[in-house]
Amino acid sequence: MSQLPMAGAPANVNLVGLAKNDYRGNPTTLCQGCGHNSISNQIISAMYEMNVLPEDVLKFSGIGCSSKSPTYFMNRSFGFNSLHGRMPSIATGGLFGDHKLKGVAVSGDGDTASIGMGQFKHIMRRNVNMVYIIENNGVYGLTKGQFSATAERGLQLKKQGTNPYMPIDLCMEAVISNATFVARSFAGNPKQVKELLKAAFAHTGIAVLDIISPCVTFNNNETAYHSYAWGKEHEEPLHDITYIPPRNEIVLEEEMKEGEIREVAMHDGSVIILKNLEKHYDPTNRFEVLHTLEEAQRNNWLATGLIYIATDRPTLFDTYQLVDTPLNRLTEADIRPAPDMIDKINALMF
Amino acid sequence: MNKIVNDFSIIVGTKNGSGSSTANNTILRAIFKMGIPVSGKNLFPSNIQGLPTWYTIRASKDGFTARREEQEIVVAMNPDSFTRDLASVAPGGAFFYSDDIKQPITRADIAVYPMPVKKIVRDDHSIPSDFRDLVGNMVYVGVLAQMIGIDTETIHAALSFHFKGKQKPIDMNFNAVKAGAEWAKTNLQKKDPFYLEPMDKTDGLIMADGNTAAAIGSIFGGAQFVAWYPITPASSLAEAMNDYFPMLRKREDGKYTYAVVQAEDELAAIGMAVGAGWSGLRAMTSTSGPGLSLMTEFAGLAYYAEVPLVIWDVQRIGPSTGLPTRTSQADLTFASTIGHGDSESLILLPGNINECFDFGWQSFDISERLQTPVFVLSDLDMGMNQWMSKPFEYPNTPMDRGKVLWEKDIEELKGNWGRYLDKDGDGIPYRTIPGNKHPLSSYFTRGTGHDEQARYTEDQVVFHRNMERLKQKFVTAKKYLPESVTHMTEGAKVGIIAYGSTEAAINEARIQLENEHGMKTSFMRVRAVPFTPDVDEFVKAHDQIYVVEMNRDGQLHKLLSLAYPESAISLISVAFGDGMPASARWVRKGILAKANGVRLARKSTATKKKAVKSNGSKGAN
Repeated sequence: MSQLPMAGAPANVNLVGLAKNDYRGNPTTLCQGCGHNSISNQIISAMYEMNVLPEDVLKFSGIGCSSKSPTYFMNRSFGFNSLHGRMPSIATGGLFGDHKLKGVAVSGDGDTASIGMGQFKHIMRRNVNMVYIIENNGVYGLTKGQFSATAERGLQLKKQGTNPYMPIDLCMEAVISNATFVARSFAGNPKQVKELLKAAFAHTGIAVLDIISPCVTFNNNETAYHSYAWGKEHEEPLHDITYIPPRNEIVLEEEMKEGEIREVAMHDGSVIILKNLEKHYDPTNRFEVLHTLEEAQRNNWLATGLIYIATDRPTLFDTYQLVDTPLNRLTEADIRPAPDMIDKINALMF
Repeated sequence: MNKIVNDFSIIVGTKNGSGSSTANNTILRAIFKMGIPVSGKNLFPSNIQGLPTWYTIRASKDGFTARREEQEIVVAMNPDSFTRDLASVAPGGAFFYSDDIKQPITRADIAVYPMPVKKIVRDDHSIPSDFRDLVGNMVYVGVLAQMIGIDTETIHAALSFHFKGKQKPIDMNFNAVKAGAEWAKTNLQKKDPFYLEPMDKTDGLIMADGNTAAAIGSIFGGAQFVAWYPITPASSLAEAMNDYFPMLRKREDGKYTYAVVQAEDELAAIGMAVGAGWSGLRAMTSTSGPGLSLMTEFAGLAYYAEVPLVIWDVQRIGPSTGLPTRTSQADLTFASTIGHGDSESLILLPGNINECFDFGWQSFDISERLQTPVFVLSDLDMGMNQWMSKPFEYPNTPMDRGKVLWEKDIEELKGNWGRYLDKDGDGIPYRTIPGNKHPLSSYFTRGTGHDEQARYTEDQVVFHRNMERLKQKFVTAKKYLPESVTHMTEGAKVGIIAYGSTEAAINEARIQLENEHGMKTSFMRVRAVPFTPDVDEFVKAHDQIYVVEMNRDGQLHKLLSLAYPESAISLISVAFGDGMPASARWVRKGILAKANGVRLARKSTATKKKAVKSNGSKGAN
């Protein structure tokens, strides 16, 4: 790559010659202490550390607090803040323009679990090559504090009273809909968020990242599932996760000793290392995955980490066997049939 | 009895799902191959199997292709519609029916021909028993061929085309045709005056349906991304793209320069198309009324964020689910301001098969030039029925990709550009396309308020300025839209304005109006909204303008009245919507009724004025 730094290049630039500032966006307009801001910062760090060119990323979002956040990171990337619940369709079409680009999409629990549930499930089964982040706080912030579909039954909110309905588990929905990468994290655990973001970005196909991201204004009572306090108390990481980029540029901080270590090889040569904590957990076994999610639900655990991964499924763009040149770079000669074809077509009509 | 040659209609009544479409298309194509102008219309139910369905065929030596309301020859194959079919034969007409239908013949004013269809099929041992019902329809083709004079060679040609040269089905069906013809030759005596005789009036023409033409035209327009959701009567448009893409865009490396995605619903279909249009692809979707309702949200976004894409609406009759298999022109006002808030649409209105093809490719140029959705309003009659047509013509202009800045352009501008900046004063800004690697090329697209640099803003001055620019863009649009098709008649004070598939009926009605009622008319078929300047001229040039359309409320009439308020008093609505394709008869009657209305109204105003003068009363109403 032409932009590899020369010897003696400034130390604060990455392998593509960019400083961390090149990954920043506009100042946030969300509340102070909002979990979403912490996630934006981890996206900036992850992209910087992974040496991603911002021009190779397309940002997508729907509508809501979370969907505003693509303006708070990576100003040099194209972005589309679309319609409520419709981000997946915009992203699907948008990425067809240049299949070499990678999507980074941010949605919320309202945007995904309520109005956008249909499109969410269908982008899973199409395996669009994109990171799908859900900043999940169990509440509608921009409209001032209504329940969302991921809010737990019995949650009490100031103006709304008590939530009478059962919550939707978006990780379970994603696994059931045949997503190829499903992870959950907690905005209060930035290190894990960053490692999972890197792994998600390295994944080829759809990577869902459900991040519990407390709403400090409308849903942060200590007993609420989407609060900082509850998350810290009930988080049960399935494993310690470490993402190792291709070509071994980063050396593991500590050597892994115990037998409970699992490596997952990604398409680009990178590796995710999962160090199991309590017990053996196999994120490639869908049967076990669903069992674990059910178990966590029954025990009130916030199971975090890489929940499911399948690396053997073609992406949407593989399925369509597109030409190597991005479709949006094709010229008239590539896409308009030659003049003699008109006679052939007319001959085919009766 | 005087022979009536090449000027009558046939209607065939069958059960849906009985395979009759092969038989009916065969008759249609065979007549076409005989050189006789012909048209066919499938009047089918929203059902897979069992409900009554009809197919009308009109042979017309004078080249009239509109639906006729009378039919001289009726073929009844369905016991459920037998009584109705029998009653529908014009006096002096002919009635063919399958003799296993044991129902009374109550007409003495027509020629009646029972056909032993089941027996003929059973006696032909070359037909496997499980094909008997399907092939049975070919027997009436044979009987008709013998009785009215359809050339069996042309029937064979039609079957070869239908079965794409596959010998076995061709032979099996042709044998049934021959068996029917043989039986008729031996057993029936001609008692009606209807005959077909070869002509040369279809030389150089093709037969195609509008959806296929639209699909092929779009491919010649360089379509790259199609997202769709199944809906009658639009499904066959996207399916035709799937059929013709492989041949027309074949590459040696076996890879694809296009994608056709069947979405989970119309919301996603247009969403994907908007995404693809945004990222620089020639993107489209196709739907019908109920789908268009669902697409409203994204259409508004694409208008405001200025994303090019093409939306085909093959209209069926609504409101709501309406009649899914019946035609209409009732989505026009809806499409013209689709979406909440102030919004406008560019609409193309094809009127025949050639225009379905032409607007297929032109719509992309217009959409990318103006950076806005282009709606193409076809209808079920045009989209799904077979029409005679001139051959498709290769695009006569190179592609217009509009104002796009790539890396070198941004470099030349030193990054000094704005996505929504009206640099050229025509309301059309410049855009960059995702994948552009220049660090200053990107912008953030949104449906929220934005400034010239695409940044979020709530500033009322900036918001207003942007909306005014959008309006300016639609004024600019007029010079890129297709002009109307106009037939001026010398000395005519009466004008007719219409759009879409009604032209055949209107042209036929105009001849009747002039010959039988002394009413000379000029005719304009509008091909785009907003209206091109020639529409204004036409409106001004006539004292009375009848606006003829297939809907209840006179939607084109409304749009014309809004566009030309000073002429609104001379615009008279002739609107009718029952789901059936326009006929010359309803056009003629509709215009005459309104003309009489105008006359009566004038008379009564005159009388009233007199009355007021004479006795000073306050008016009689």
